[in-house]
Amino acid sequence: MATLVFLEHHGSELLKGGLGVLSKAASLGDDVSGIVIGSGVRGLADEAGKFGAARVYVADDAQLEAPLPQPRVDVLAQLVRDKGADSILFANSVLAADTAAGLAARLDAGLNWDLVDIARNDGKLVGTRPALQDSVYVEVGWTSQPRIALFRTGSFDPVASGGAVETEDVPVQLEDFSTGARMVEQAHAESEGPSIEEADVVVAGGRGLGGPENFTLVEGLAKALGGAVGATRAVVDAGWYPYSTQVGQTGKTVSPKLYVACGISGAIQHKVGMQGSGVIVAINKDPNAPIFDFSDLGVVGDVHQIVPKLTELVEQRKGQ
Amino acid sequence: MKIAVCVKHVPEGTKRIDPTTKRLDRGGEGALNPFDANAVEEALRLKQATGEGEVLVVSLGPAKAQDALRKALAMGADRAVLVTDDAAAGSDLVATSRALAQALERENADLVLFGQQGNDSDGAVLGAAVADRLRRPMVSQVAEVTHADGKLTVKRQTEFGYDVIETQLPAVVAVSDAINEPRYPSLKGIMGAKSKPQATLSADDLGLTAEVVGVGGSRTEVLELKAPPSRGESRKIEDDGSAAQAIIDFLTEKRLI
Amino acid sequence: MKPADFAPPFRASDYVAPPTDPENERIDVGVLIVGAGPGGLACAIRIGQLLDDAPEIRERLGEVPVVVLEKGKAPGSHLLSGAVVNPRSLRRLFKGRKRIEDMPFYGPVEHESVYFLTANRALRIPTPPTMQNDGNHVASLARLGRWLAEQAEESGAMLLPETPAHKLLIDGGRARGVRTGDKGRGRNGEELGNFEPGADVVARVTVLAEGTQGHLTGVALERFGLQSENPQVWALGVKEVWKVAKPLDRVIHTMGWPLRPQAKYREFGGSFIYPMGDDMVTLGMVVGLDYRDVELSVHDLLQELKTHTLVRGILEGGERVAWGAKTIPEGGFVSLPKQLHAPGLLICGDGAGMVNVPALKGIHYAIESGSLAAEAAFAALRRGETPWRPGALAAYDEAIRQSFIWKDLQQVRNMRQAFGRGFWLGGAFAGAMTASRGKFPPGNTRTERDSEQELLRTDRAKSYPAPDGKLTFDKLSSVFASGNKTRDDQPNHIVIRRDVPGEVAQLWERMCPAQVYEATGDGVDVTPSNCVQCGAITAKGGRLTPPEGGSGPEYTLT
Repeated sequence: MATLVFLEHHGSELLKGGLGVLSKAASLGDDVSGIVIGSGVRGLADEAGKFGAARVYVADDAQLEAPLPQPRVDVLAQLVRDKGADSILFANSVLAADTAAGLAARLDAGLNWDLVDIARNDGKLVGTRPALQDSVYVEVGWTSQPRIALFRTGSFDPVASGGAVETEDVPVQLEDFSTGARMVEQAHAESEGPSIEEADVVVAGGRGLGGPENFTLVEGLAKALGGAVGATRAVVDAGWYPYSTQVGQTGKTVSPKLYVACGISGAIQHKVGMQGSGVIVAINKDPNAPIFDFSDLGVVGDVHQIVPKLTELVEQRKGQ
Repeated sequence: MKIAVCVKHVPEGTKRIDPTTKRLDRGGEGALNPFDANAVEEALRLKQATGEGEVLVVSLGPAKAQDALRKALAMGADRAVLVTDDAAAGSDLVATSRALAQALERENADLVLFGQQGNDSDGAVLGAAVADRLRRPMVSQVAEVTHADGKLTVKRQTEFGYDVIETQLPAVVAVSDAINEPRYPSLKGIMGAKSKPQATLSADDLGLTAEVVGVGGSRTEVLELKAPPSRGESRKIEDDGSAAQAIIDFLTEKRLI
Repeated sequence: MKPADFAPPFRASDYVAPPTDPENERIDVGVLIVGAGPGGLACAIRIGQLLDDAPEIRERLGEVPVVVLEKGKAPGSHLLSGAVVNPRSLRRLFKGRKRIEDMPFYGPVEHESVYFLTANRALRIPTPPTMQNDGNHVASLARLGRWLAEQAEESGAMLLPETPAHKLLIDGGRARGVRTGDKGRGRNGEELGNFEPGADVVARVTVLAEGTQGHLTGVALERFGLQSENPQVWALGVKEVWKVAKPLDRVIHTMGWPLRPQAKYREFGGSFIYPMGDDMVTLGMVVGLDYRDVELSVHDLLQELKTHTLVRGILEGGERVAWGAKTIPEGGFVSLPKQLHAPGLLICGDGAGMVNVPALKGIHYAIESGSLAAEAAFAALRRGETPWRPGALAAYDEAIRQSFIWKDLQQVRNMRQAFGRGFWLGGAFAGAMTASRGKFPPGNTRTERDSEQELLRTDRAKSYPAPDGKLTFDKLSSVFASGNKTRDDQPNHIVIRRDVPGEVAQLWERMCPAQVYEATGDGVDVTPSNCVQCGAITAKGGRLTPPEGGSGPEYTLT
């Protein structure tokens, strides 16, 4: 088997991340298999077929119910030993990172992580990973097989391509240390919205908002977009918003798919905390604000007018 | 409880990549990986809670990694072990986890702690790899630890919220940076660090041959440096009343809504 | 209106206290040195040499015979200068042990040129005799500092970075040591989860080598009544280091543009451009803080300077790799403290104002004074003597008066003040002083505090270049380039009156190279985490104190 893709699930759905990696692997023209590991997960196999898997391995066992990494390492290692694999791909998550790393140790296989792309150059598999706060890209490779790759969240969108898929059950035999950790109580999806580091969308506010009371505009837009709220050092210093939301050199570094900067000038101290974002939209009334030098869409205008209107339009669009 | 904390010495200040080796330039000033400070802090708290035990810090690195170990000793760790060998330079995850596991086997600690990630490589992976080699249960992204009756009950931080997980000892835990605020070493602590036991081990001492350490023992390589893809065309518009709609159109075009 | 009308609520007595930690918790050391700069490190190195030959004294000094406290992240982090160093003090300090070739210099000065600039031209003028640099070497003080720190550790000193000296411990009329700063306080002074209080470090001899605007130096001078009748005055230097495409073959100094020559502006200073090896150049603008124009900004003058053809040509094809700022004491001889010692206390270097302004030299005086302080301290530590007996350390003052430091400073003592009369008249006076080796004019000219200068306003800011991010840069990205990543949630370390009139607020806003101050409608806002601790605010109406240890810039090439 050429490529094996780890497909994580939550509840009764396969996570988009794994499906994206699956689509990417399929697009490389490899013989791609997916693997689903859990309890009562057989039904998820069909979904995998839709996104490019030629076959799906299913490890279904009560011992695999909890999303813990070490039993998954056992299952994957066994599968690789039985069937062979050139590459094993993972979409990043807490579970996936632990599983990929444990597998790397188990198989003495190279692991490259935080990859945003992968390609075949002259027959060699090459991964691309950002470094130095996304200011440079490094091409990395593997010196042996199997090759293990862990992709940054959101690197690939799932692309429906395939059709029916054959499933195959795989044996489940766990090491005794793998069951040493036991899930007592599993988390349920957060209802307050994602944390700023995990959010796909961050809406951030700066001094241009004019006052702490105007952060409600930022909150409204964040809620509509399903994102988290961020703040600049200046407004946190002034006490408008808590330090836990500060984005920048002395705060958090975020790289969401969408970063909306409201009333933020874009000084480098802030820039280094969000320059890796997928798309940057900036709204500022100063046409010379440095943020316009690195935003994808810059809007010169009044945040107090634009943000509420934008929120309304987003809500309408989502309602449709 | 005997707790071993794995720490790393990472470059400080503005990081740069050496264009010849294509790796991070580790020649300048360095310091204790800030994420590892959380792990050292948690170890010290656990020791303080029981009133007895030992906290030792272990690192794989060049001779100057002593600085990182000394900071941990200044915070209150009891002793340090540095695995240092020119042959081990350039070790990737496979080689590093092997060397560390060897050093940790000898210590046979009840609990092995890691920080969340190296702030130089941003990989939250070492703990899981070492745990597999040590054949111990492992939990990562731990934001809270309670120790009672020979067991640990921990809160693991995931994309979906907090899981509560229980594990027997001996175990391996990688703590998240949300777990605590590391203490500042006191002046007495800093001055006393020098006289705490600090051992040095070579690859030979650990029975590691040339094929399993350093570049030879690694299974990944760095090939090329590239400029990141340009952000593409940047558009700038002035609001004439329709900016909100223009933004929606833009986001639609980018398939973000 | 002048900044002195709005004095900061600062009391030196707030920073003086007896030891308060229980005795067994105090940190007991032999010789305590505050500041890991050239003065402090030279002192540590010299003491180490002397103790090597006197093991019984070393024994009596206890577990930690010599300790050096440094408020920056590491030795060198807060060191900044031009610099062209006169190696004589280093030769004496390392006689028989190290040669100049072993030290991290960028090469001897081979050629030099002095230019008088106008907006469009660069007129070569003969090098004034006070500025001759034959036999001197180009250095990065931050780099030299790191090297000296290594030597100090090898000589047996313990270096404690990220450790500011917050209070001077005085008991029974004598200096007992210092209390270090707290860590882990929030913006309002509250204790955070990881709060760690400072500690009393008690010593037999305390050496203050804090550099320009030294915090405890200022406190000590006041507490022991050691200040000169002539107040100290300062200049602000802002510099950059650049990687360049073609090597610079000479040391360059300029005068004139972009400074204005008329006496009423009081714009004394100039620029320096030094080669650092073949592939780097450092350049800086130095301006006396007695300037009067509210719109003057030394950082922006540096940016403007770079647009001159002479300078643009040097930087062509290059890129900026470092930036920093620091004040230089310029009062010279007449502003030296009346006495440089007190019971149990010695004061060295820039903190005492040991700078030869016309020659732009102070590093070798700092090193020499550090060595002399070590020798005086050592003598006072021998059996039969106690360092805090009044007069026990008087040998230090004696040694300084016999040294070349005294002789040099005396010779050039009136030169800086002459330039208060404007560039042309000042130049004429300076020439006469040089020719007469300091005998003309007789006596000492007085100094006036920088903050006592009446403010005026012009439209100077109009010609500051808009930052293009390639040749010219704004202040915030420059603060970033200094390596500054100060923790935000800590108390404001700058003592200042917030409710000042617009003129003063705007003066501070322009003055500060790190954009700490912002004039608002009713006063001034402060962003202390930008601060690179240059000390300019202390000269112009406020007071800088050290923030939490490790804060501030992380200079490596300055």
